[in-house]
Amino acid sequence: MEITHTQFKHCDVLKPKGRIDSASAPIFSDAINAITEEGRFRIVIDMSELEFISSAGLRVLISAQKTCKRYNRGEVVLATVPPVIMNSLELAGFNILFKTYPDVLSAVGNF
Amino acid sequence: MAFRVFPGDYASLAEIATFVRQVSIAAGFDSNTVYQIETAVDEACSNIIEHAYGGEHRGDIECQCEITAHSLTITLKDHGKPFRPDKIAAPDLKAPLKKRQAHGLGLYFMRQWMDEVHFEFMDGVNVLTLIKHLPG
Repeated sequence: MEITHTQFKHCDVLKPKGRIDSASAPIFSDAINAITEEGRFRIVIDMSELEFISSAGLRVLISAQKTCKRYNRGEVVLATVPPVIMNSLELAGFNILFKTYPDVLSAVGNF
Repeated sequence: MAFRVFPGDYASLAEIATFVRQVSIAAGFDSNTVYQIETAVDEACSNIIEHAYGGEHRGDIECQCEITAHSLTITLKDHGKPFRPDKIAAPDLKAPLKKRQAHGLGLYFMRQWMDEVHFEFMDGVNVLTLIKHLPG
């Protein structure tokens, strides 16, 4: 998995490409932690090139959302979620925990 | 019938996914169902490495796929500790964020997305059978 990080004035966009499974979830987690450790808690996950996410990846998302929403200091939102991955998110009940946007621009505009 | 043996490492998961995806496509499943089968097998193999073997590099995962006229049967075998699915609490999918537990989702995915999930422990071997019926 490759992750691209773009920093904007009001938020950060992370774009993981490929698979997030038990092998790559720690890399995904590290990428998010690197942002929150800078005191930045408004994060867009651009899923347009994500092919697969397992429960290991979902655990990273839950943990990140807990960190970012603490003290109302920010939020993790999801953009361009492929339909098969949306099925996983819905089955896991994540649709009530994360806002989703059809494109990165509107997700960035949320902040 | 297709059979492969993979090292019980997280690095094997992508290769296992490719193998299972190819078999699922050959069996005639649509792309949504192929993703569901791939997820179930990924979760099963992650559980084997984490719970049965207690970590990476401790044993192999045997993966056998059999396509019949009506279904795909995937059998996963490992030589780790007996896996006790009844010890895994079901996730509370309606819990608010603060109370949301991140564990238990893997087994939940397997049970939701496969038509049959059977765990057995025989002669020191965990045998997990995942069955998906073909539509129609």
